[in-house]
Amino acid sequence: MTPALAILRRECLRLLRRSSQLVQPLIFFSLIAILFPFALGQQTELLRQTGPAAVWLSVLLATTLSLEDIFRSDFEDGSLEQCIITLDALPLACAMKSLAHWLTCLVPLIGMALLMSFVYDLTPDARRALISALLLGTPVFSLVGTVASALTVGVRGGALLMALLILPLYIPVLIFGASAVHHATLGLPTLGEHYFLAGLAVLAATLAPFATAAGLRARLS
Amino acid sequence: MFKTLHKYASPMHFFALARALTPWLFGISLVLFGVGLVWGLFLAPADYQQGESFRIIYVHVPSAWLSMFAYLVMAGGGALSLVWKIKLGDVIARAAAPLGASFTALALVTGALWGKPMWGTWWVWDARLTSELLLLFLYLGYLALQSAIEDRRAAARAGAVLAVVGIVNIPIIHYSVVWWSTLHQPATITKMGAPTMATSMLIPLLIMAFAFQLFFLALLLVRARCEILEFEQRAQWVKTLLGASDQSRGTR
Repeated sequence: MTPALAILRRECLRLLRRSSQLVQPLIFFSLIAILFPFALGQQTELLRQTGPAAVWLSVLLATTLSLEDIFRSDFEDGSLEQCIITLDALPLACAMKSLAHWLTCLVPLIGMALLMSFVYDLTPDARRALISALLLGTPVFSLVGTVASALTVGVRGGALLMALLILPLYIPVLIFGASAVHHATLGLPTLGEHYFLAGLAVLAATLAPFATAAGLRARLS
Repeated sequence: MFKTLHKYASPMHFFALARALTPWLFGISLVLFGVGLVWGLFLAPADYQQGESFRIIYVHVPSAWLSMFAYLVMAGGGALSLVWKIKLGDVIARAAAPLGASFTALALVTGALWGKPMWGTWWVWDARLTSELLLLFLYLGYLALQSAIEDRRAAARAGAVLAVVGIVNIPIIHYSVVWWSTLHQPATITKMGAPTMATSMLIPLLIMAFAFQLFFLALLLVRARCEILEFEQRAQWVKTLLGASDQSRGTR
């Protein structure tokens, strides 16, 4: 097994074994998503229009809260420092951290978003666009989120700080993701938005692991 | 040339240089402010469409330029510190951040003041306004990170990474906001300013831009000196400097 795969396996196992960490973002996500009808009113037509935005915002907030855990336990037991000292390919390890976070946190969230798309009664086209846009856009959430998580590792009151750091950086994904679903609802092509989201994901995948590694070195050396 | 550059990258020499330059920068910027304000607010002709209220551009446009320039300075300082391990980069980045945030806020406030009589509303979700607002949040995030990490050096290093991440993201955020606002906005809102500007209005604007730029540099140097003293408080030259000023105060 190559080191990268070993790190990925370890990360996934670590996250999967703590079931509360796995479940809580999902509960939080559903809770936020069902708050919107209470604020907006229960007209089906209105909810069908605002549903995609509600789902995107809920994914955004649930992700923000989950980011703190990426490095916390490694930092607390000291293994993070050992990683920084011993690993040659720290950016690769950081990329695996992001991938593990995406697999264990965001993929379940996307499943939950599918459920919510039925609650909001989206059209089949809109539902397809929502899920595909989420699949392309959420890797950016994980990758950029890992950078912010590295920068705030070991800082007290990190969740609020995290939101402040990360939410402005998520706006491009939110714009393209929400507009893809909006266009699908109107029956317009959504290929452009999907290309943009894929481009952002590729850009984040190339740059974010290096920024994460630099961030970890900056925090812990 | 590299020798001189290298010399002034050391905090001690930079401190002396900054102290020598600050009065000059303040002085020249004050003179330019005087000339530019009088020219812009009283002598330049009123705009034939916007009347007298166009004159706010003499504050608004230079602050908007500086809000972006300060972020460049901040990220440049961060890159200096990350890539070449030059400590002065941390000092510059930390000194530039609150200034940049203030100029961004000034640009937003003056923009809103101008928008009320022109557009009839304090705020529109125009692409430039929105990205300026997001820029303010990027600054605030940097400042929050600085205040959350207690150790000054560690905070500066983390901030350097954040500033560089931010500078990569600013064009992405800006162009996605442009894309978003052209989709969702009716195209009835006229953007500020004509593409060409009469020379009689442009010259005071350029003078004001220079005045703002020099004022920013002067403030940057003052703040950088303060940061250097705090960063280097254990260094011998700082102790000597502070001890000497204590003594001279004591004998007076």
